[in-house]
Amino acid sequence: MKFKVNDKEVFASTGGRPFDKKKPLIIFIHGSGLSHITWVLQTRYFAFHGYSVLAIDLPGHGYSEGPALESIEEQGKWISDVIDAMEMKEASLVGHSQGCLVVLECASQFPEKIKSIGLMGGAGEIPMNPELLDLAEKGDPKAVDLMMDWAHGPAGHFGGHPVPGLHHMNLGGSIVINGSVKNALGVDFRACDNYKNGFEAAKKIKCPAINILGDRDRMCPIKAGKKLAENIKNSEVEIIENCGHMILLEEAGQSLEILKKFIRKNHPA
Amino acid sequence: MDPKTYKFDTLSLHAGYMPSKNAGSRQVPIYQTTSYMFDDVDHAAALFNLERGGHIYSRISNPTVQVLEERVAALEGGTAALATASGMSAIFLTIMTLCNAGDHVVVSSQLYGGTVNLFRLTLPKFGIKATFVKPRDTEGFKKAIQENTKCIYGELVGNPGNELMNLPEISNIAHEAGIPVIIDSTYQTPYLFKPLEHGADFVVHSLTKWMAGHGSSMAGILVEGGKFDFLKTDKFPTMTEPYEGYHGLSFAEEFGPVAFTMKARAEGMRDMGPCLSPQNAWNVLQGIETLSVRMEKHCSNALKMVEYLSSHESVAWVSHASLKDNPDYELAKKLLPKGTGSMIAFGIKGGKEAGAAFIDNVKLASHLANVGDTRTLVIHPASATHSQMDEATLKLANMSHDMIRLSVGIEDIEDIINDFEDGFRAAKKPRLVANK
Repeated sequence: MKFKVNDKEVFASTGGRPFDKKKPLIIFIHGSGLSHITWVLQTRYFAFHGYSVLAIDLPGHGYSEGPALESIEEQGKWISDVIDAMEMKEASLVGHSQGCLVVLECASQFPEKIKSIGLMGGAGEIPMNPELLDLAEKGDPKAVDLMMDWAHGPAGHFGGHPVPGLHHMNLGGSIVINGSVKNALGVDFRACDNYKNGFEAAKKIKCPAINILGDRDRMCPIKAGKKLAENIKNSEVEIIENCGHMILLEEAGQSLEILKKFIRKNHPA
Repeated sequence: MDPKTYKFDTLSLHAGYMPSKNAGSRQVPIYQTTSYMFDDVDHAAALFNLERGGHIYSRISNPTVQVLEERVAALEGGTAALATASGMSAIFLTIMTLCNAGDHVVVSSQLYGGTVNLFRLTLPKFGIKATFVKPRDTEGFKKAIQENTKCIYGELVGNPGNELMNLPEISNIAHEAGIPVIIDSTYQTPYLFKPLEHGADFVVHSLTKWMAGHGSSMAGILVEGGKFDFLKTDKFPTMTEPYEGYHGLSFAEEFGPVAFTMKARAEGMRDMGPCLSPQNAWNVLQGIETLSVRMEKHCSNALKMVEYLSSHESVAWVSHASLKDNPDYELAKKLLPKGTGSMIAFGIKGGKEAGAAFIDNVKLASHLANVGDTRTLVIHPASATHSQMDEATLKLANMSHDMIRLSVGIEDIEDIINDFEDGFRAAKKPRLVANK
């Protein structure tokens, strides 16, 4: 669906069901350069099981009007604006990678609005490899190839997508390439690299949190994910074996099961 | 700093499969089953509603077939693939997923005869009409596009005349009109050419041919490029508007770069059911493991045959884009730097009668209706593969009655040439052969 936030058009997938204000809201926030498509194996389930779902395209990504927001702090505030725009009082947030930083910011800035948070492949800070950052800011597609390589674990490199016939790395890469390497991925990587407030934000979070980590994650290694979890008061950790950074797709089934259990308990429909 | 992703030859052997998820089996297992156990009612409902991935019924998907799909997607650079019972069913499925009654397609006139008849005779029964354009007539493709046109379809190197489409230019024309390009890349395989890197949006293959190579199994596949954005146009409402068959699902919104494959599987395989058997998928996988080495030999043998035929006194003409006087020579150099393929068309002096005598007297080359086998194959298209086309359609396809279609195999080149010498000798005495 399309709607306006701060007078700019925003696109969000509602998981195949119409948005319903009477149902509890879950907002899914994608990673760097990506879009709502990455969440399709989580959103449809919740949308058909009592929740209103918004898998948003951040500004300047997917079908949302640009430009991309340049800091994680702005993106966190923007998620709060999305909740207001939908005339909702509260939501649970689920983030992946950069989306986790956005969740931390939103949940720490607006604790009264956030019921629970799910963090997939998250960390308290995500410093970027300087060469990768430089390539992305120049709009070089090689940045996408490097990102896909590092983001995927063994299943991504060899195959075995949970949805028959889909190809992990080519699908992920096409989402980024179909957007803008320079104006979306480059801006996102810079925002991640600049962001230093993750652990402070984590300490302010009061709602229940779950950290879903892949033991083969090379972008946000489990050590970094565990460190973040230690800074969130009410936090659980689940580790998925043989899984890289693209947990939401590489191990879509396992990550969905973990999320189902967590969200049903902390934000029941 | 470069990505350490696997390269073509490695993907040919490994893509789509992890032994650790299959009891350690080094070879891909053949999942000879119709159906798959659900964990519980909730799991079943989620699978049927595309809420999660997995297998339900082998008409829709199968784990062995899935390995083949991911392997070909990896080799073509596609976001997704969907394997079918044959190349023809891949084409039919693709067109039926894209088009509705009342739609129109622009099609190269030089195609496999079965494909020509699909567009000329069968699809009109479903209300889908085609305009045929000669493959070299790039401007003709533009002129043929109508308000209701939904795609441009063609073979990069046309069957059997070997004329090339200028895919990059034709893709630009299609995209300016807001429609996708579908390329049958059976002749090239991704070893020689990846259409998705040159503007095509979808690729179809008859995997029966070079991809498998062994000539033992029928199979086809559709590969999606992931770049055609259905939401940027209002031409494809079945992709963008809520679909009643899945509780109001918009395929384009939900699945983006894999939306077309998802719809082709969820709707097409569900309703039409041209599924590939796991045994045939496995057979094709065995062939793909050696694709690179076979294609190199196919191409080197083909170049030697082109040289041999071009200087032969019994040959009237040779069509192969490797020849410097071929109108497609420069385009082929640009698009097909690794080789122009192993299909050769040539005309035999003495016309149809001489052609028949030639085919009846070669012994190593097999006379049959297939191409891309590891063995050398010959046929007289006007009396076989393209015999159901009328004179006007044959003319549009630039096909003559003296044409022999040759699919060069990977035997020792001296043996192939010696065999052809026997054929040409007999072709000089057609009456003697006819009275035999």
